[in-house]
Amino acid sequence: MYIYDHYDQHIVEDRVEQFRDQTRRYFAGELSEDEFLPLRLQNGLYVQRHAPMLRIAVPYGLMSSTQLRMLAHITRKYDKSYAHITTRTNVQLNWPKLEDVPDILADLASVQMHAIQTSGNCIRNTTTDQFAGVARDERVDPRPWCELIRQWSTFHPEFARLPRKFKIAVNGCTHDRAAIEVHDIGLEAVHNDAGELGFRVLVGGGLGRTPIVGSCINEFLPWQHLLSYLEATLRVYNRFGRRDNKFKARIKILVKALTPTVFAERVAEEWAHLKDGPITLTEEEVQRVSQHFTDPDYLTLEDQDQALAALDAEHPGFARWRSRNVVSHKKPGYAAVTLSLKKTGIAPGDVTDQQLELVAELSEHYSFSEVRNTHEQNMVLADVEQSKLFDLWQQLRDNGFATPNIGLLTDIICCPGGDFCNLANAKSIPVAEAIQERFENLDYLFDIGDLDLNISGCMNACGHHHIGHIGILGVDKKGEEFYQVSLGGNSGRAATLGKILGPSFAQDLMPDVVSKIIDVYIENRTPEEHFIDTFNRIGITQFKERVYASNH
Amino acid sequence: MQAIIKNNQVIDDHWTLLSADTQLQQALDTQHAIIPLALWQAHKNELQSVAPLGIWLEAGQAIEDISDDLARFSVIALNFPGCNDGRHFSSARLLRERYAYTGEVRAIGDVLRDQLFFMQRCGFDAYVIRADRCPIDALKSLTELSVSYQAAYDQSLPLYRRRSA
Repeated sequence: MYIYDHYDQHIVEDRVEQFRDQTRRYFAGELSEDEFLPLRLQNGLYVQRHAPMLRIAVPYGLMSSTQLRMLAHITRKYDKSYAHITTRTNVQLNWPKLEDVPDILADLASVQMHAIQTSGNCIRNTTTDQFAGVARDERVDPRPWCELIRQWSTFHPEFARLPRKFKIAVNGCTHDRAAIEVHDIGLEAVHNDAGELGFRVLVGGGLGRTPIVGSCINEFLPWQHLLSYLEATLRVYNRFGRRDNKFKARIKILVKALTPTVFAERVAEEWAHLKDGPITLTEEEVQRVSQHFTDPDYLTLEDQDQALAALDAEHPGFARWRSRNVVSHKKPGYAAVTLSLKKTGIAPGDVTDQQLELVAELSEHYSFSEVRNTHEQNMVLADVEQSKLFDLWQQLRDNGFATPNIGLLTDIICCPGGDFCNLANAKSIPVAEAIQERFENLDYLFDIGDLDLNISGCMNACGHHHIGHIGILGVDKKGEEFYQVSLGGNSGRAATLGKILGPSFAQDLMPDVVSKIIDVYIENRTPEEHFIDTFNRIGITQFKERVYASNH
Repeated sequence: MQAIIKNNQVIDDHWTLLSADTQLQQALDTQHAIIPLALWQAHKNELQSVAPLGIWLEAGQAIEDISDDLARFSVIALNFPGCNDGRHFSSARLLRERYAYTGEVRAIGDVLRDQLFFMQRCGFDAYVIRADRCPIDALKSLTELSVSYQAAYDQSLPLYRRRSA
């Protein structure tokens, strides 16, 4: 992973002192609430229902075991001994004290971490595929490009006060596990016919109040021009994006208003001035950054198909876990393992200090001391020897990480919701928990198969409900919490947004509603169909009829 | 006379900012006037001989509207309606980097200490700190962060073209 040099270190250390002084001035009354707001937001600090919430940046989801141990220490010393993994692969603390935040940042800086630009109207953490660098279907390793974007966007002076938040995602695989089509900018690393590397640039995708799938504005941007093109795009947005209405301020509204074609022309005009200027990327810089993402010291191994099959036969639990939580690896004899943070009864994405330390230890033992957070709010050990999977499984199982539900109905993406968040219209965690309880039976869960169920507590859509195969949105009806259901969303390639099923439901009805939806799927599916395939074939009507029939 | 920050020092200001509804005569009668864009557009000819002259732009007004006349202005003031508005960060970079404007680029309006670091990188060299705040305190922010990754007006090369181990 990327290791700071003295320049990078200097930047985070200066930032700690800058924020320490801003916090001091706020407490001294030299900064008003309103003036402090953008400053603390750009440092990931929200003031929430119970306490401030601090969002710590985990660039493109990658962490070392040293960093995990520091996070564990921080949750113990300054918080309630747990943390939450967010859908931007960051780590969130729900109970820090405002006056402690400068010290927390200093602790983070000591392990090359920070909270810069994790909220506020600026360029946020760049996200990518959790299997970057190890995926079998990878064409280009996205991590060096994410790091280059991280450095370019960190304290970018021109884009420090954008109309609204701005999210970039990069994908380098055949499959899109980074959901690039629903980002402000989505970048897909591709090769042209001459074999040269470049990026397909999508712009104006996003969820929230106005969910839109991004439009392509450049089919092939040569890699040298990545940053100048981003700068041109951001400049057009910074100058002409709406600022009069918070809900119309994302770049997608500007792209829609101008049309993608006209927006692309505006960017091209701006880019004509910047292209080939000093921010053209150099071979040397790409090389320097890429060196941090070379392969670890893999052993020459062979795939262990037979030995693993024998273990499967003996240990059905291991077999189940392996079928859901373990994926293939580009190197023979290795596998990538997802640690499920979706055990029933625990808020999706939550992890305790002891678990963080255990993951650190396991990563040192099994996976070159590196860990990844996923945007589905799980964690990944990406480089595990297949011959050690059984040992690892036993340890994960003993520590609540081996729920074999990755990609299944109970692997719910869920925002903190009304239990923590000030913006939420409704709670989301109890809904997730009730649904998880309903589908506890593993045989049934496995029989249902691949299914994304996403829950957001308000239309800001932090739980990505629009792109869940089943999406649940908390809404406020005359002061009461209700839930609207949508079906047919999809986050991969050719992303689609879910269709609303109909009127919303009370919280206690939600497990029944989901059960009825699943029943319709089971009754209609063909042997090879996943939920989304059946939905796409039969449409929404039968689901609607079943779910609302009992209300009459 | 108000105190402003200019070239990293607090100095007395000699310029007078004229409001958006200023009439031509008042502009002609004022020494060191910073006039609104609309007045300039309506009375370019009458203002031809006035020197030195400054102009100011609202956050939604584009620098392209005066790009042919830049040589006429000793000061271009860019207004920030709120400390959250970053449109003129782009304007300042365009003035300096695209149009090679060498006069004063002044930040006016809701200008507070914690925007200054970014403003200076974008090409501002003068700041009228909001009246209820102390410009001497605000000076400190200009040196808060000592390393920057990006190329901008104050540093024409990105860090990756300057980095040494």
